[in-house]
Amino acid sequence: MNFDFSEEQKMLRAVARKFLKENCSPGVVRRMLDGDAPYDEKLWKGICELDWPGTAVPESYGGIGYGYLELCVLAEELGRVIAPIPFSSSAYMAAEALHIAGNERQRKKYLPRLASGEAIGTCALAEGVTIGAHWHMETIVRDGKLHGTNAPVADGCVADLLIVAARSSAASGVLKLYVVEPSEKGITRETIQTIDPTRPHARVTFDAVAAEPLGSGESHERLIEKLKDRAAVLLAFEQLGGADAALEMATEYAKSRYAFGRPIGSFQAIKHKLADAFIRNELARSNCYFAAWALSSDAEELPIAAASARIAATEAFEYIAAENIQTHGGIGFTWESDCQLFYRRSKLLALTLGSVRSWKNRLIDQLECQASVKPELAGVD
Amino acid sequence: MDFTDTQEEAQFRQKARAWLNANASRSTDTTNKFKVGGGDDAEALREAKSWQARKADAGWVGIHWPKAFGGRELPPSYTVIYRMEETNYLVPRGYFEIGLGMCAPVMMSYATAGQVKQYLPRMMRGENVWCQLFSEPSAGSDVAGIRTSARRDGDEWVINGQKVWTSGAHFSDFGILVARHDTTLPKHKGLTFFFLDMKSRGIEIRRIKSIPGRSNFCEVFFDNVRIPDAQRLGDVGQGWQVAVTTLMHERLAVGQASGTNFEDIFALVRELELDGKPAIKDSLVRDKLADWYVRDKGLQYGQYRMLTKISRGEMPGPEASVTKVVSAVQVQQVSSFAMELMDVAGIIDDPRLSPQSAAFQLSFLASPGYRIAGGSDEILRNIIAERVLGMPGDIRVDKDLPYNQLPTGAR
Repeated sequence: MNFDFSEEQKMLRAVARKFLKENCSPGVVRRMLDGDAPYDEKLWKGICELDWPGTAVPESYGGIGYGYLELCVLAEELGRVIAPIPFSSSAYMAAEALHIAGNERQRKKYLPRLASGEAIGTCALAEGVTIGAHWHMETIVRDGKLHGTNAPVADGCVADLLIVAARSSAASGVLKLYVVEPSEKGITRETIQTIDPTRPHARVTFDAVAAEPLGSGESHERLIEKLKDRAAVLLAFEQLGGADAALEMATEYAKSRYAFGRPIGSFQAIKHKLADAFIRNELARSNCYFAAWALSSDAEELPIAAASARIAATEAFEYIAAENIQTHGGIGFTWESDCQLFYRRSKLLALTLGSVRSWKNRLIDQLECQASVKPELAGVD
Repeated sequence: MDFTDTQEEAQFRQKARAWLNANASRSTDTTNKFKVGGGDDAEALREAKSWQARKADAGWVGIHWPKAFGGRELPPSYTVIYRMEETNYLVPRGYFEIGLGMCAPVMMSYATAGQVKQYLPRMMRGENVWCQLFSEPSAGSDVAGIRTSARRDGDEWVINGQKVWTSGAHFSDFGILVARHDTTLPKHKGLTFFFLDMKSRGIEIRRIKSIPGRSNFCEVFFDNVRIPDAQRLGDVGQGWQVAVTTLMHERLAVGQASGTNFEDIFALVRELELDGKPAIKDSLVRDKLADWYVRDKGLQYGQYRMLTKISRGEMPGPEASVTKVVSAVQVQQVSSFAMELMDVAGIIDDPRLSPQSAAFQLSFLASPGYRIAGGSDEILRNIIAERVLGMPGDIRVDKDLPYNQLPTGAR
């Protein structure tokens, strides 16, 4: 049994943690809150020099071809420091979409630029509150031209490459992924106000924009689900990292803050709250490890593993992000306190790729499906 | 990141599975799964003892114990592997765990070579059952606050007082005991540790009836019970340290509360109808199922992480408390919600009339005990906060005062 990251992967973690400690302090994240920059350029340049965006991209497409376990390690570390960079959009979403749905020419054309970080990519899969989930999407491609509005699109204003989900009017409305270059005529992009300005999102309007379907033009309904499952694992690791860092922050404060003549961490009301956070983080970590295994080995358990990791990690991060503020008391509610960074990021990540409610439904659908195929294994891996 | 055993571990697992297949039946259905061990009749005890003898003779007891103590001296991970395999089978449970898990390690550390040789082999084969006499009516979570007294009399000690929640005392042959030899010292310093013959004169054992009715818990009364000084474990006054090391040995155990869990309620909701549609299509049901599945799997994968650590030669730390905190409350929640799904019929706990032989109702009644036994939810949270997160201990009003000056409330 070796249900853990390898020594090499742990070394990668140590290097990443050191680099991020030096280059992504809370002050760097706060600059994003107080300013208008779309991401922290210095940090992005730094991680590109370390080849992080190409971690899981095969060498034949310009990546360094490590693999997904290494990408999970980096995701956790980036999550710990609430990194204000378009890493997830580019590495978990756009590169993955090209990887699983693109044809050879498209991969050769775009993946090396994404792997080096020279280009930033993102996926546009949502159409805003009123319209909802992507299977009702109204974005459509008519005569090779894209029409519609997408929001929120992570890093939509800075992306050099957009992967857009749209219905194809030619193919009787099947859902496909299209690649769009923002330099094309007819695109309008504007930053929208969100709960977490450290990761800006955009509203992107397409008015007869030239778009090329990924792959050979088949339906991507299932591939989009697969894309979401794969990205969910990586986002779960970001959440796990954030949850651990928030718990450390709360614990440190509880040890050093005195009230009633004693450290507040000596009160059981605080201890039990933080012990509960530790329990949630442990359950999330174990589920995340299983999902990392499923992602890296392309296992058929991936949909169940991804949903489980996503649910556990979301609940862990949301819990401690809120209770970290509570542990700090009034100071935790101020703009000056870094508590808000975790609070904002936890909710952003909780809703990225769909709510916990939707992931729970996906999980139970999968378990029902598994149980009807293998009744003797109901509920068992 | 994989679940693959090393070649040696895989061979060991195969052998364990083959032996279990030949000697026990698999626990596949809920009805059989909840046949609890430790039953009160003599027949069940005889069966358990015969099982334990076969298991010991085949080499599945004391797997990681030193050869000098009758073990196989394999790495502790092999013990965990055997236990993982054994959980899938219907075997007698609730008779020997305390002896082998707690009494044996303490004997190995503190008893004389002659005593170990005399007692351990019979404990391993189930010929002797052992129990643990720690808790008292006024000292549960605060176990260092026990009152049972030990008075030195020449080469003997005279014990007076009362223990409670002693599992299996009524069928035990021997027990380990912590008692107070000096009430003028602070509470942790006035304790001394012994082992004793449970058939000694002056011991009276009464069964405790718990919420589910039957139970293996006992009250044990000591009326001038004499223990030879040779059966003292550790120095006079070292009882607390001995007790703490005893409790640490339990961390290798899986620690999962038994009772209805995710797979039981998952089976139920796939059969049950609610408001004219399958229960599993109900959104409240789905929400809860997802939570329970994720926690259940979190614990299972957590066991894999722990086994990985043990395989590398590290011992599990206080984080092992997570399993019991999560599983005990989950058994209670699952059983309670399953009954709710049965509407008013949920009150029926007749195994002939209720789904899955009334396993949910039984679990509902038994689960409050899991949240208390072996460290209450609250104590385990303190342990996680203080020993894992490093938070400061509570301000203690009792630690340095002589025991006989401690406030006690009404006696």
